[in-house]
Amino acid sequence: MQFMLLFSRQGKLRLQKWYTAHPDKTKKKITRELVTTILTRKPKMCSFLEWRDLKVVYKRYASLYFCCAIEQTDNELLTLEIIHRYVELLDKYFGSVCELDIIFNFEKAYFILDELLLGGEVQETSKKTVLKAIAAQDLLQEDEQVEQGIQD
Amino acid sequence: MPAVRGDGIRGLAVFISDIRNCKSKEAEIKRINKELANIRSKFKGDKTLDGYQKKKYVCKLLFIFLLGHDIDFGHMEAVNLLSSNKYSEKQIGYLFISVLLDENNDLMRLIIQSVKNDLCARNPIHVNLALQCIANIGSREMAETFANEIPKLLVNGDTLDVVKQSAALCLLRLIRANQDVAPAGEWTTRIIHLLNDPHMGVVTAAVSLIDALAKRSPEEYKGCVSLAVSRLSRIVTSSYTDLQDYTYYFVPAPWLSIKLLRLLQNYPPPEDPGVKGRLNECLDTLLNRAQEPPKSKKVQHSNAKNAVLFEAISLIIHMDRLGAAVEPSLLVRACNQLGTFLQHRETNLRYLALESLCLLATSEFSHEAVKRHQETVVSALKSERDVSVRQRAVDLLYAMCDKTNSEDIVSEMLSYLETADYSIREEMVLKVAILAEKYASDYSWYVDVILNLIRIAGDYVSEEVWYRVVQIVINRDDVQGYAAKTVFEALQAPACHENMVKVAGYILGEFGNLIAGDSRSGPMVQFRLLHSKYHLCSLPTRCLLLTTYVKFINLFPEIKHEIQAVLRQDSNMRCADNELQQRAVEYLALSQVASQDVLATVLEEMPPFAERESSILAILKRKKPNMTEGIQASAKENIKAAQDILPAAPPPKASDTASGMVDLLGLGDEVIPESARPVKDESQEEQHTVSLGTTNEEGLHKLTLKNQGVLFESDILQIGIKAEFRQSLGRMSVFYGNKSPVRLNGFVAALASADLEGIQVMASQVDQAVEAGAQVEQTINIEAVGFEIEKPQLSVQFSYCGVPQKFQIQLPVFLHKFLEGTMMNAEAFFMRWKNLTQPSQEEQRIFKSTQAMTEESLKLSGFGFGVLQGVDPNPDNLVGAGILHTKQGQVGLLLRLEPNRNAGMYRLTVRASRDGVAKMIVDALEPHF
Repeated sequence: MQFMLLFSRQGKLRLQKWYTAHPDKTKKKITRELVTTILTRKPKMCSFLEWRDLKVVYKRYASLYFCCAIEQTDNELLTLEIIHRYVELLDKYFGSVCELDIIFNFEKAYFILDELLLGGEVQETSKKTVLKAIAAQDLLQEDEQVEQGIQD
Repeated sequence: MPAVRGDGIRGLAVFISDIRNCKSKEAEIKRINKELANIRSKFKGDKTLDGYQKKKYVCKLLFIFLLGHDIDFGHMEAVNLLSSNKYSEKQIGYLFISVLLDENNDLMRLIIQSVKNDLCARNPIHVNLALQCIANIGSREMAETFANEIPKLLVNGDTLDVVKQSAALCLLRLIRANQDVAPAGEWTTRIIHLLNDPHMGVVTAAVSLIDALAKRSPEEYKGCVSLAVSRLSRIVTSSYTDLQDYTYYFVPAPWLSIKLLRLLQNYPPPEDPGVKGRLNECLDTLLNRAQEPPKSKKVQHSNAKNAVLFEAISLIIHMDRLGAAVEPSLLVRACNQLGTFLQHRETNLRYLALESLCLLATSEFSHEAVKRHQETVVSALKSERDVSVRQRAVDLLYAMCDKTNSEDIVSEMLSYLETADYSIREEMVLKVAILAEKYASDYSWYVDVILNLIRIAGDYVSEEVWYRVVQIVINRDDVQGYAAKTVFEALQAPACHENMVKVAGYILGEFGNLIAGDSRSGPMVQFRLLHSKYHLCSLPTRCLLLTTYVKFINLFPEIKHEIQAVLRQDSNMRCADNELQQRAVEYLALSQVASQDVLATVLEEMPPFAERESSILAILKRKKPNMTEGIQASAKENIKAAQDILPAAPPPKASDTASGMVDLLGLGDEVIPESARPVKDESQEEQHTVSLGTTNEEGLHKLTLKNQGVLFESDILQIGIKAEFRQSLGRMSVFYGNKSPVRLNGFVAALASADLEGIQVMASQVDQAVEAGAQVEQTINIEAVGFEIEKPQLSVQFSYCGVPQKFQIQLPVFLHKFLEGTMMNAEAFFMRWKNLTQPSQEEQRIFKSTQAMTEESLKLSGFGFGVLQGVDPNPDNLVGAGILHTKQGQVGLLLRLEPNRNAGMYRLTVRASRDGVAKMIVDALEPHF
């Protein structure tokens, strides 16, 4: 996978993750181009687009669009399911996730994504394992907070 | 405000709420600027911030960045967080770096130090954070620093599974950043054996790594095939309950299955009968499973299941392409399965089915099975609501077309063209034109189709399409009369596309005499009909028509006076356009001065065109490289049949090109540049790498000053170049010589990208196979458009003994190839020299010579300069001049080279009439002295 973008129906970018290096200007240009293209597509249309020399796979969940750019040889259908698995993970973690959760806790959304995908490849598909890893991170944080509390 | 988990950062949440409450863009910017000022003062202030505060501010900066604003400070504070002993602070630090820092940042050294520390931490969560950071940044520097550590983590028995997973993918990212760091030797077996790891997550991550390594050195990783097959077989035969959490909506481990199926596509089908049998069983089971009733109504179930199915079909197609004995029944069953998807209610499935069928259409075993779906595909073309799906349907019709159904398919495509989306019209026109040509058994049909194209979609008919119809008509005398009659009729339509006028003009000018016997289309009628369109046409078309008119003078002397009158009109003779004016004047003079015999010779019928690859195919290929390859590989008999009916090609001009090739690729050692030799040894071991990008540097260096030589050489392949440049145009012949004792199959050499900055490049197709010891030639046409020229890359792929090989080489096309030397005397030289005095027009450099200080004059003229004698008072100095031609304009160049032989130094001065060009020229010249 080359990159993943999350954006709202209004075209606001909520999360971006790039697995290949691009200058900021290019990133902005790509984002703008894709957001406009996808927002103009109708609901019944197919979820795949040919875009430059990549394939773009996108899906809408409520007010949010999830969009991935993958290589020619990558599997489109399963990319849809990567998106779905990510949504499931967010949902489980936040408890019926909504756009606001992702806005206010964007860092968590990143951490969860880093457990699911690394370097653009699927790292761990088990929902339990990913959530366990995130829970372990949260536990560390909470311990630290308690410590901080004691020190204060 | 939603509840915040973990440790909430209150200040951040408040800030985000503030931003969300902003009523206008201006208010938001104001709020952000206020916050930025606040953070800046906090970071600069005297009070030391504690970790929590730093984390908070860094987080706010991150949020501001994600809103689309530029952040130019705070990097140092983020890097400080990395060495915090609090995990949450560290984590935010790493996040900031991965999102915001580019790999060339000055702070990279500090970051690498922190990563090193965390990589050795006892807590696996810290280790993973470090690995994620390496993977997220993935720079060359990271690769060089950590390439030794990570493989150890990966295969160490004590490493936790979670760390192994991250280590595998981290290593993969580093290899992508820098090919050289791929572990080799003893690591190979241990990495391959990760396929047997009991932990599914580890295998899932490891397969991606192995896939990349296998692409790079297939031979070394060959052992993965049998392990991958057995792993796949275990998944396929397991029930979905066995794999617990790795089952996704009742589909056992779809991600792992697909990665394994992809991995196998790097290799020819296994030779070992046991392994092969098991793989066939797997594919068989996967195809069977597609028939089973779904275990769930959820779309996730069907997506995951079909994703695996599509990947299995890809593998089947891949094995068939390599000519391995795949059970033909597998291909046919795949077709049937995909056929059912064509009418599925999921748009996504219909789209993918059309796409996969396109590939199946190119296999001789499944071509017929695909053809059975023709009707469904045609109706998809008419009824699909999504243009991208219709586009796929067009592709499929194109791919399934052969001699038997070409008339139907072409007529369906023509009728669809009338209502087709504008976005796909141009491509459809090309496709129809190609099919009509390829499968024409009767050339009058071909002429009809092309004229219909112009009628229906004239605006989308490119020059190449109408050039081609003219070429074919000229080459085939049996269709000339029909063509003349048809264009004549077409012209009678009240509204007639300009492209139609062009074709008609050309064809009537050549063959109007064939229909002149009929009084309804007599000479005068033809001329008046054509001329009635004249005033509606653009200048280039008018120029073409004037040529038609002068040809008429030869064909029909009886209407000479009428034509002369037209040529004499002020709007022609005194036309502001010099081309048109010149034609009018010259043609008129010719018709007045020349005798009938001379006229007949000058205006004789055009000789047949040399038969070469259809230029239309080249355009389509440029647009959609994958698509046309498929067509090329498609049912061979069809293509052959099409070739049979094509006009016989004139015998190739054996003399010049062939002898050039012998020189280049033959045995004459004295001709092969010495420098091309050493390349051989390096490339030998790199033979299997995916990218050989740099190994032709030596050849490239040599070809900077020459237009002929060896560009690349390995044990298998030698690539030779012979080029010619004239003004802004160039033509390059590339010779691919097969040095191995076996045939190279699936040979494809194409431009890696046809869309280059400052230059236009078009490459012809090469033969699909290169016999042992033989060579094939490719012609590349080049035009310099601007002065900043991007370097064209050629991507070459073929399979050698069943193992796919792929690499890219750079073509020796440089700005100075478009430099033509000029001669002038000292006076003229100095006058020009003195005119170019702006600092941006001059580049001077003093440098130490890296070569023997001889033959300077030869090098300069090889580079393209005209070397001037007797200009410089010091006879040891060299002076040169030249003109650089590009489409954008011409640039004059002057050069002076002063050797100081005692010191072994040169002083090189170049002046150019355009800013910045002098520097580019000096940059290119310096390495050669």
